[in-house]
Amino acid sequence: MRFVVAIFAASALAGLALAAASGGAARADPPPEECDVPQSFLESDIELPRVTAEVKTKHRLDISVIGTGSSSIAGPDGTRLAYPAQLEEALKSKLTGVEIKLTAHVQPRATTAAMVQGLVKILADDKPSLVIWQAGTSDALSGIEPEDFRNSLDQGVAQIQAADADVILMNMQYSPRTESMLDVSTYADVMRWVAQQRSALLFDRLAIMHYWNDAGTFDLYTATKKYDMARRVHECIARALASQIINSAHLDAVRMQTTR
Amino acid sequence: MLVTPIATAPALPVIATERDLRLDLFRGVALWLIFLDHIPGNILNWFTIRNYGFSDATEIFIFISGYTAAFVYGRAMHERGLVIASARILRRAWQIYVAHIFLFTIFMAEIAYVAATFDNPLYAEEMNILDFLKQPDVTIFQALLLKFKPVNMDVLPLYIVLLLLFPPMLWMLLRQPGFALAGSALVYVLAWNFDWNLPAYPNGVWFFNPFAWQLLFVFGAWCALGGAQRLSYLLRSRYVMALAIGYLIFAFAITLTWYIEPLARFVPQWLSDWMYPIDKTNLDVLRFAHFLALAAVTVRFIPRDWPGLKSPFLQPAIVCGQHSLEIFCLGVFLAFAGQFIISEWSGGPVVQSLISLAGILIMVATAKLISWYKYIEGRSPTSRVKTPDADLAGGGA
Repeated sequence: MRFVVAIFAASALAGLALAAASGGAARADPPPEECDVPQSFLESDIELPRVTAEVKTKHRLDISVIGTGSSSIAGPDGTRLAYPAQLEEALKSKLTGVEIKLTAHVQPRATTAAMVQGLVKILADDKPSLVIWQAGTSDALSGIEPEDFRNSLDQGVAQIQAADADVILMNMQYSPRTESMLDVSTYADVMRWVAQQRSALLFDRLAIMHYWNDAGTFDLYTATKKYDMARRVHECIARALASQIINSAHLDAVRMQTTR
Repeated sequence: MLVTPIATAPALPVIATERDLRLDLFRGVALWLIFLDHIPGNILNWFTIRNYGFSDATEIFIFISGYTAAFVYGRAMHERGLVIASARILRRAWQIYVAHIFLFTIFMAEIAYVAATFDNPLYAEEMNILDFLKQPDVTIFQALLLKFKPVNMDVLPLYIVLLLLFPPMLWMLLRQPGFALAGSALVYVLAWNFDWNLPAYPNGVWFFNPFAWQLLFVFGAWCALGGAQRLSYLLRSRYVMALAIGYLIFAFAITLTWYIEPLARFVPQWLSDWMYPIDKTNLDVLRFAHFLALAAVTVRFIPRDWPGLKSPFLQPAIVCGQHSLEIFCLGVFLAFAGQFIISEWSGGPVVQSLISLAGILIMVATAKLISWYKYIEGRSPTSRVKTPDADLAGGGA
C-alpha cells in the first residue's frame, strides 16, 4: 500500500516537474511512454566527443539541425511541434544546468548537394558542437543518383567534422503508403555506409518508425488531416534522439555532477 | 555439361537441342523471389537469396533469359537466317514493351487512388512523389520513352534494350563466340570507366544500367551456344568448386554484418573501403562473381538429368519458369495488389504470409492455364510441333 502511495507521489512530482519544464503550459496528452524504442536501435560504439567536451567544460550545448520537409510539420504551430524544438525541450529537461541552444535549418525539397552548399554559413553562424543532419528523402524524390548522393553526403560530413562538430545522420521516415512509389532503401544504405566510413552516428529513423508501426505504437497507414499523429511521432523521435545523444556523449554522468 | 551438341555443319557452334528443365526451374524460383521482394516489408523477404549473399534473383533471371534467347533465336538464325531471327527478336521486344506499358497503367491507377484517398501531415514531404500526377502529359510521354520508370518497373525496360541489341550480338556469338563475349566485357568495363548509362526522368539514370547488365545476358547466351561445354572442365575442378564455395561463404558472412550491426566491427577497414558500395545499378563485379559461384555450385550439384526435375513438387516452379513474361507481369501486379491489401486492412506477419502464398498459387495456376492454352493450340513447350518457347527472352507469342 505504501508502495502505491509512493508511486502516486512520484508521478505527481514528475508531472509537476514536466509542467515546469515545458514552461507551465498545460499538456493535452501525457508523454508517449509507449513509444520507447529498444536500446539496440540507439546503441553504438561511436561517441560524440565534442558534445561531451562542450557540456563538461562550458556547460552548454549548441546543436544545429539541418533537414528537409520531414524535419518540420506544416501549420501554425508546426515549428514548435516538430522534432527539433521538441528535442531542445527534451534535452533541457534531461540536462538540467546545461544551456541548450538548438537552431533548426529546414530547407524543404533541398537535395543533399544543395544543403552542402549552405553548410559553411550554418557552421560559422551556429558554431555547433553537434550537427543533426536529416537527409535522403528529397534526394530519393528527385531521383538523385545514389553515387552523387553518397559523394555529397560524404563531403558534407567531412566538412562538419573539420569544423569541430560531431555528426548525427538521420535517415528517412518509414512511410508505408508511399513505399511502392518511392524506394528509399538504396539511399538509406548509402547513409549507413557514409556514417560508418566517417565514424558518424546514424539515427535510424526508418527502422525506428518501422518498429513503431509493427509494434502497433503508431498505425502509419492511417489517413488523417489532423496533426495529432504527426505531433506525437515527432515527439517520440525527439525523445529517442535525446536519449541517443545522452548515451553516446555519456551525459548521464555529467548530469549527475551538475545537479549534485 | 550443360548442352548437347547437334549434328550440324561443323563450322557452326553447338546449340542445345532439348529444353533444360533446370533453366525453367530456377527462372520460376527467381520469379517467385522477385514477387516476394516487391512487397515491401514482407516477412517472407527473409527467405529470398538477396539476404544471404551479394547477388539476387535479378541476376538469375537475366542470365537465364540470355541463355534461352540464344537457345531459341540461335537456332532460328542458324536455320532461317539473320533477317527472320532478328524479326522474331524484335517482335518479342515489342511484346515486352506492351507488357511494360500495361503494368505502368496499373501503377498509375494505384498512385491516383493513393493521391485521392491518403493524407497525413506527417508525410507531407513524401507525398511530393505524387507531383507527377500534376503533369500527366509529360509523365506518360516519358513513360512511353522508357525514361520514367516507377519503383520495381525497371526490369522490363532493361530487357527491351537487351533484346533490341541482341540480333547483331547473336550473329557475332554464332561466328566468333569468344570475340563476342570479350566485346561484351569491354562494354562493361567502358561503362564503368566512363559512367555510361541511359538517362531517366525526372533525374538520374536507369536503375539497371543496360551497358553493365548486358554482360550477364551475353554471358548466358554464350553459355547456351557452347560456352558452358567449354567451361565444363573448370566446373569439374575441385579447386574451382572450393573457390566458389569459399566465396559464397564469404559473401554470406559479409551479408550477416549488414543485419547484425555488432558484427560489422569484424570487417577490416581496408576490406570495406575496397568492397563498398556494392553497386546493383552497374552490376558490381562482386555481384557478378557471386552469381558465377552460385551457378557453378548449382550446376555441379544439380545435373541436367537430375531425377528431382521430374518430381511433382518442383512442377509449380518449372511451369512458372516456362511462361516467364506473363508470370513476371502477373507478379508485379500481384505485388501491387498484395501491398494494397496490406495497407488497406492489415499488415501483420500472418496476413503477409497468406498474401505471399496466395500470390504464388495464383502465379502457378495462371502458368498452368497458359500451358493449357498452348497445348490446345498445339504450341506446348514440350510438344515438338513448333519451335520451343523461350518466353520473356524469346519465343513466339
